[in-house]
Amino acid sequence: MTQYSFIGTEVPRPDASDKAAGKALYIHDMVLPGMLYGKIKYSEYAHARIKHIDTSRAERLPGVRAVITGYNTPEIRIGFIRDNMPLKKDKVRQFRDEVAAVAAIDPEIAEEAVELIRVEYEELPAVFTPEDALKEGAPIVHETDARGRPKSDNLVPVAWNFVAGDVEKAKQEAAFIAEGRFQTPLIQQSCMGTAGCIAEFDLEGNLTIHTKTQIPFLAQNDFNRALAAIGLKGKNTRVTVPTLGGSFGTGLDTHGYEYIAILLAYKTGRPVKIVLNREEEFTTLSPRQPTETHIIQGCDKEGKLTLREVRMVLDNGAYTSWGATTPSVMMLPISSLYRVPNVLYEAKIVYTNNTYCQAMRGYGNPQAAWALECNLDDLAEKAGMDPFEFRMLNANIPDDTTPMGLNITSCGHEACLKTVADRLNWKQKRGKGRDKARGVGMASLFHVGGSGRVYRSDGTGIIMKLDDFGNVSVITGGIEMGQGFNSALALVSAEALGVTPDKVTVISGDTATCPWDVGTHASRGAFTAGNAAIMAAQKARDKIFRIASEHFMPRVHYKLKKRKKKDPDFEIPDLDYNRICDPSEFELKENVVFLKEEPDNPLLRVSLEEILREAHYREQGSMIISEAFYDPPNQMIDMKTGRGNLSATYIFGTHGAEVEVDRETGKVKILQFVAAHDVGKVINRQTIKGQIYGGMMQGLGYALCEEYKTDKGRNLNPNFLDYKIFSAPDVNFPIHIECIETDDKEGPFGAKGVGEPGLVPVAPAVANAIYDAIGVRIRDLPITPEKILSALKKKQ
Amino acid sequence: MKKLIRFTLNGHEVSAEVESHRMLLEVLRNTFHLTGTKEGCGQGECGACTVLVDGLSVDSCLYPAFEVEGKSVTTIEGLVEEGSRLHPIQEAFVEHGGIQCGFCTPGMIMSTKALLDENPHPTDDEIKRGISGNLCRCTGYVQIVESIRKAAEKY
Repeated sequence: MTQYSFIGTEVPRPDASDKAAGKALYIHDMVLPGMLYGKIKYSEYAHARIKHIDTSRAERLPGVRAVITGYNTPEIRIGFIRDNMPLKKDKVRQFRDEVAAVAAIDPEIAEEAVELIRVEYEELPAVFTPEDALKEGAPIVHETDARGRPKSDNLVPVAWNFVAGDVEKAKQEAAFIAEGRFQTPLIQQSCMGTAGCIAEFDLEGNLTIHTKTQIPFLAQNDFNRALAAIGLKGKNTRVTVPTLGGSFGTGLDTHGYEYIAILLAYKTGRPVKIVLNREEEFTTLSPRQPTETHIIQGCDKEGKLTLREVRMVLDNGAYTSWGATTPSVMMLPISSLYRVPNVLYEAKIVYTNNTYCQAMRGYGNPQAAWALECNLDDLAEKAGMDPFEFRMLNANIPDDTTPMGLNITSCGHEACLKTVADRLNWKQKRGKGRDKARGVGMASLFHVGGSGRVYRSDGTGIIMKLDDFGNVSVITGGIEMGQGFNSALALVSAEALGVTPDKVTVISGDTATCPWDVGTHASRGAFTAGNAAIMAAQKARDKIFRIASEHFMPRVHYKLKKRKKKDPDFEIPDLDYNRICDPSEFELKENVVFLKEEPDNPLLRVSLEEILREAHYREQGSMIISEAFYDPPNQMIDMKTGRGNLSATYIFGTHGAEVEVDRETGKVKILQFVAAHDVGKVINRQTIKGQIYGGMMQGLGYALCEEYKTDKGRNLNPNFLDYKIFSAPDVNFPIHIECIETDDKEGPFGAKGVGEPGLVPVAPAVANAIYDAIGVRIRDLPITPEKILSALKKKQ
Repeated sequence: MKKLIRFTLNGHEVSAEVESHRMLLEVLRNTFHLTGTKEGCGQGECGACTVLVDGLSVDSCLYPAFEVEGKSVTTIEGLVEEGSRLHPIQEAFVEHGGIQCGFCTPGMIMSTKALLDENPHPTDDEIKRGISGNLCRCTGYVQIVESIRKAAEKY
């Protein structure tokens, strides 16, 4: 096994001290000279025709600098299929639709001005469930598509299908079949730092926008299109990203408020800041898609899975974000979690007059895992098998190609299952706690671990720049949003280059200075940037060793002479100080350049900074900057066949829960939780645990309490009193995390992506444990006490 | 109505002319530019704005600025000592992974300070109760509780 200096250590993250001191700068903390404050007027109806907008009173309010609507600004089409506009003109399709906006000298005036805007509407019939939206004669949310062609139904024109083998035949031949319908709710990402931006123009018409995004370079592209739409074709956008107060997928699209800030900044010639308050964050930012899944799985008499049929309907809401591609990620576990030869998957995405949805951590996978893993327990029961044994029999294995064409290389699925079973004491507990209403359950996950080619490029760039003192700037297009990206990248860079991590500074979040990156999503940050850093480090080392080849021996001589000066007894050894070494003779480790042949010779060591100064302080000098672009060996999914090796490697995990259910109150108490993840290789033990703990607690919220409640399209719980996320006292049970290292050949030092997986299998693991405890199967999330009581009542 | 209020802010005597409807959070962030104290919800639900008033933790977003007259206010910036040395609680959060996005961190640390000042050796349950008003979406609290446990060892 390779011995690393820094990979696998448990060390504080580089951004922690500033954050602990309150020094980190979030968008909320930024103020620019002359800055105005923007505020948005939202719709008062879920579906209505706009008859008239009266902004006159708002315009007259002292302190107001601009009032804009769709009627006095150019049309900008936004969104994944360009079915949205920052300011609505003809009609509104959801409560959060933006109808007007103001910029004023302070936030209070802006708010007052928004309240003075009067909008006359003609209410239209609306649809709030995909089921109603698909009915004959249902109100149409979009009468035309983005190109103006008439549209006669509410289907989003993004369809996802996958077929392998013959599911119908497999159904006839199966010894056991389990069928079920499963639902997941709207949930909100609930970043502690709300979304916001500041837009400003220079005098040449170029835009700078400081904004909360995970995709600075794709956002640059979006905003440049907006500039063209407002008559600034050829002008450029510089996107900068301040410290992010969490993101969890909210930063994967550009948003209406960003375009509105741009329009207001253009109109006023002043920087304009829009920051959402908590209520706006809930009501006007896109949550996770709710799903309705009909699933059938079957196996032979030995318990080997033979078929899986999944038909899913997603509520898109009124407009289409990149979230419409979540079924591509769902396709992974549906086709490939456990070995199953016959698969049919079909996903319909439906427009409704609900709030439109977007990405959230796990990108569709939690919704898919919920149906798959609950139904798998049902099937195991029908087959008369223990759910753990059933899973072991069908577990994924290394070096296998799945029906979807996913090439599984490293795979620790069986090890994850066994770890959970051991830790939970499965054999002693499963099926034996019903008298005490106690049970154990497990569920697995399959996710991209080597990025995911959602876009044509899956690349990321790194620039490494070394200064005179041996400091290394690692400049990346990736984004730190709390997940520990900078820490992982610093450790990988230090390890690959041969410096200590304290010498590394990660610089990110500026399209003008950082190299291109497709975005920090799909658990890809550490994987892709880590690989790019290894490539860049190799190039930097080549340059360093070339300079060392000429200057190493003279430096050694100089140092020995200096030593002699201090210590007259010291004898300078007889070496060839004019020798020119071969670059390949050098090694660099922990900031010291030395000869590979004589690593322990204390005389033949020169600090990296001395070599670096030799590069600069000479005639015809050079500088040590290297760059690399890593684009993983993976494929886009072929939309026609549903096939393609989406990721360069895959990640596996199993979660296990032990629960106790109070039959009187319906309350579920978690007694212990185990999370085993095949992570390839641990980079920083502290941050990887943080990712798994954090994902797990979001997953427990998804399982037990989180629900974005609506009534006819209007959100009813836009605050943390009514939208319950876990608080510290809720975490009152032992948790065991196990990172299983499978040393992936494509991963940086063997590592795979782990940002999202912690959330994915939590809910089905809990539901399966509840079933073991009390014999009732809850099929719609969250699993509230009311649902448990009602299921228990039905059972009796 | 405006009024001149005088109070002690991070050990210094200060004064500010404040409108009657202003909350302490606004005065700290907008008048004194102490942006370490965060606004997460503005409704006293998330704890990101926690500061100490006369040693007790309060949600500064709901604390009327007029009320601090003559009192002593400590914010996250006030914990940092000469030479940018972190307070032992801050150090423990850094060392033990109690920080991810960092937005809840200042409030979380101020609640910890109030807890440990009153109860230097809390049990895990007491720690969790002590930060029950501080929401964190990133960490799942496990490493935060560990950080506080470690901070208590040195307290």
